[in-house]
Amino acid sequence: MNHTGADAMENKKKREIKSRQIMPEQDPLVRRSNFEEVPLGFTEEQAIIEASRCLHCKKPLCVSGCPVDVDIPGFIKLISEEKYMDAARAIKETNSLPAVCGRVCPQEAQCEKYCILGKKQDPVAIGRLERFAADYERNAGDIKIPEISENTGKKVAVVGAGPAGLTIAGDLVKKGHKVTIFEGLHKAGGVLIYGIPEFRLPKAIVDAEVEYLVRLGVEIRTNVVIGRGKTVDDLFEEGFNAVFLGVGAGAPVFMDIPGENLGGIYSANEYLTRSNLMKAYRFPEYDTPIALGKEVAVLGGGNVAMDSVRTALRLGANNAYIVYRRTEAEMPARGEEIHHAKEEGVKFKYLTAPIEYIGDDKGWVRQMRCIQMELGEPDDSGRRRPVPVPGSEFIIDVDMVVVAIGTMANPVVPATTPGLDTNRWGYIATRDETGETSRKGVYAGGDIVTGSATVILAMGAAKKAAKAIDEYLKR
Amino acid sequence: MNEIKEAFWLSHQIVQMEIHAPDIADKRKAGQFVVLMTDERGERIPLTIVDSDVKKGTITIIFQVVGKTTTCLADMKKGDCLFSVLGPLGKPTEIENFGNVVCVGGGVGIGVIYPIARALKDAGNEVTSIIGARTKDILILESEMRAASNRLLVATDDGSYGFHGFVSQVLQSLIDEGERIDRVFAIGPVPMMRVICTVTRPFDIKTIVSLNPIMVDATGMCGACRVAVGGETKLACVDGPEFDGHQVDFDLLTDRLRMYYFQEKEAVESYRCRCNGK
Ligand SMILES: Cc1cc2nc3c(=O)[nH]c(=O)nc-3n(C[C@H](O)[C@H](O)[C@H](O)COP(=O)(O)OP(=O)(O)OC[C@H]3O[C@@H](n4cnc5c(N)ncnc54)[C@H](O)[C@@H]3O)c2cc1C
Ligand SMILES: Cc1cc2nc3c(=O)[nH]c(=O)nc-3n(C[C@H](O)[C@H](O)[C@H](O)COP(=O)(O)OP(=O)(O)OC[C@H]3O[C@@H](n4cnc5c(N)ncnc54)[C@H](O)[C@@H]3O)c2cc1C
Ligand code: SF4
Ligand code: FES
Repeated sequence: MNHTGADAMENKKKREIKSRQIMPEQDPLVRRSNFEEVPLGFTEEQAIIEASRCLHCKKPLCVSGCPVDVDIPGFIKLISEEKYMDAARAIKETNSLPAVCGRVCPQEAQCEKYCILGKKQDPVAIGRLERFAADYERNAGDIKIPEISENTGKKVAVVGAGPAGLTIAGDLVKKGHKVTIFEGLHKAGGVLIYGIPEFRLPKAIVDAEVEYLVRLGVEIRTNVVIGRGKTVDDLFEEGFNAVFLGVGAGAPVFMDIPGENLGGIYSANEYLTRSNLMKAYRFPEYDTPIALGKEVAVLGGGNVAMDSVRTALRLGANNAYIVYRRTEAEMPARGEEIHHAKEEGVKFKYLTAPIEYIGDDKGWVRQMRCIQMELGEPDDSGRRRPVPVPGSEFIIDVDMVVVAIGTMANPVVPATTPGLDTNRWGYIATRDETGETSRKGVYAGGDIVTGSATVILAMGAAKKAAKAIDEYLKR
Repeated sequence: MNEIKEAFWLSHQIVQMEIHAPDIADKRKAGQFVVLMTDERGERIPLTIVDSDVKKGTITIIFQVVGKTTTCLADMKKGDCLFSVLGPLGKPTEIENFGNVVCVGGGVGIGVIYPIARALKDAGNEVTSIIGARTKDILILESEMRAASNRLLVATDDGSYGFHGFVSQVLQSLIDEGERIDRVFAIGPVPMMRVICTVTRPFDIKTIVSLNPIMVDATGMCGACRVAVGGETKLACVDGPEFDGHQVDFDLLTDRLRMYYFQEKEAVESYRCRCNGK
């Protein structure tokens, strides 16, 4: 018999379902001047109530919305039974970074979007429950080391320690392979460390995940950029049997308009790297400086733009603007991030695009000349294309600008790996879902294949590549 | 771990260090640099690889004490370990037999140009080097540069040694005397590189300069190091650090180097306090 979510809904109709629990958050007026995490997490009591809302559908639609097939009803049931450690372990069966995903996954577009409860009321707060279980396990300090298969004698090199690289390293080490991660920066974590701010993802969580991999036996070598010095070919020569490329889409994109190299104009990558990786928000306790803009414009409408603008507020901006060339409806950022930004006092200037920057005699940006846009015909992405309104130019006074309009592939690895095919945007071409590239024994996954996407998609790609590499090594 | 194997002062502001970094020693080429951090809270700063010893597994750096990180680095001793060293970074110098080349080094830039002069000589060039400093006491690497060149000319601003004046004047007189010069390499403070380019431009002598913008990751990820060359924006860490000097926008470089002037002062002061507290 086919039990769909709808059937379950029918069966349980009589049961009264409580309303979705609200996670406590730091007061917007307080948090806009600190870097501590904004949402505070469910209490145990709340988690139990929220877990009890789940209908335990026989054919859970939520799971089909999850890129790594977490057994959602399963772990939620364990939470409702107060078996939190078991719940965390159940998630970890398929998702190695639940404390991260519980915080940054766009659940509203994934699992929660399909939750059957969502048809009539609010869906189960799956992400928050995931976060609760993972935090519980971490705080209990009793993180179990899973069973590791017998050593296969095979060596795998993982390039890049972002979500993709960390995930595949965990999967392959458990299969008994020797895994070494090479990371260009001095700290592992990828975007989780250098991009996403502390107030959205505390770095201690990422550190704990990296520490866990080390305990599993993964070797992490930081300060090694593959393609500078050591190349992919060198790795094979050193005796690695397979290589996974999880190098992300880390190169900055600028708009190429006059004045863009003035002082005070950052790429989001630089601004966030200074603040997060180098901890410039704690200057001079940490050495790396960062500009403290008072009138700050952030260009773009994605998560990266929201992270940048909220960072600028916390660093003392009087006015922090999102300048976006379309309208709120087209903004790619998560609803939650936009909502948080608004609560904190970020101002939004829609249908606006900069065309020139004007600096002072010291070469520092002082003004931004903008033009008003209107929405025209839909473009390739299906969103209506913004077109400039003639004669609508105006000036915004600024003393800092963050350009957060996207990133592109960093050419270092493809350029130094003969025979590695890329597509026309420079992303690494893969044969299929396994991440197999045009080079034998070389696999790739995450942002370097798809372009900037999400943590969970990078992890999903890594999981598939882990399977494929394991099979390849057994051949 | 990147242990400091040797550390000594070349002049009262310039330190030479040998650092254990076998992988870098193995692969590095003239013109490339490293990014290092003294400690976990430190800044990432770029320094040129002046020399390497593959057998000992060491690289040599030479740096001038100008701010917080270089002060802190100079305070470190033989046996201490650096928090991190990343390299080799940047494009290696384009080395060919160009014919007659002139290498101009000013101040701590002499350290940066030394490996280039050596590589050019090894490639069969007739190398003339012009090195200069404010005064005799702070002139570094004179004997090394002499060995790396077919001819060495020295200038000091105050006339305490060699030619009384600037390295650019020495270059100008070589040109005026009608010497054939196929290529010039100029490394030193921004004003010096700018003047050298002004000297060579009318004669259309290709002039390579090494730019030192502020960097963060130095792997092409952040855009901090952007410079304008021939009207185009380039990332000095991956597209450089060496560029055609006649195309470089030196005004922009100068402005961008001043971006954190006040914070840099604050950092040095806060470091001095931290050290005194020790
Ligand atoms: C500010 C910001 C906010 C975001 N917010 C969200 C969010 O809320 N939710 C979400 O799901 N996604 C979010 N994303 C997107 C998400 O972070 C990325 O899709 C994800 O991190 C991609 O993972 P990855 O492992 O492919 O690459 P990355 O995380 O980019 O990691 C790549 C790693 O490889 C290293 N590397 C690069 N080149 C080399 C080399 N040659 N040798 C050695 N190492 C190298 C890099 O230093 C880096 O550490 C955000 C991204 C940013 C920038
Ligand atoms: C490719 C390259 C190679 C270099 N090689 C050498 C070398 O061999 N010897 C040497 O003495 N110097 C070299 N420099 C310059 C050196 O990096 C700076 O002097 C150093 O970063 C100063 O750090 P600080 O904290 O001591 O001083 P700060 O007080 O931070 O700064 C002093 C000055 O150094 C510049 N500076 C600051 N931070 C950086 C940074 N992260 N990157 C680049 N410049 C910065 C600033 O413009 C400022 O004017 C090189 C720079 C580059 C880009
Ligand atoms: S979370 Fe929603 S869709 Fe998933 S099992 Fe529970 S009620 Fe059904
Ligand atoms: S230093 Fe970051 S791109 Fe060059």
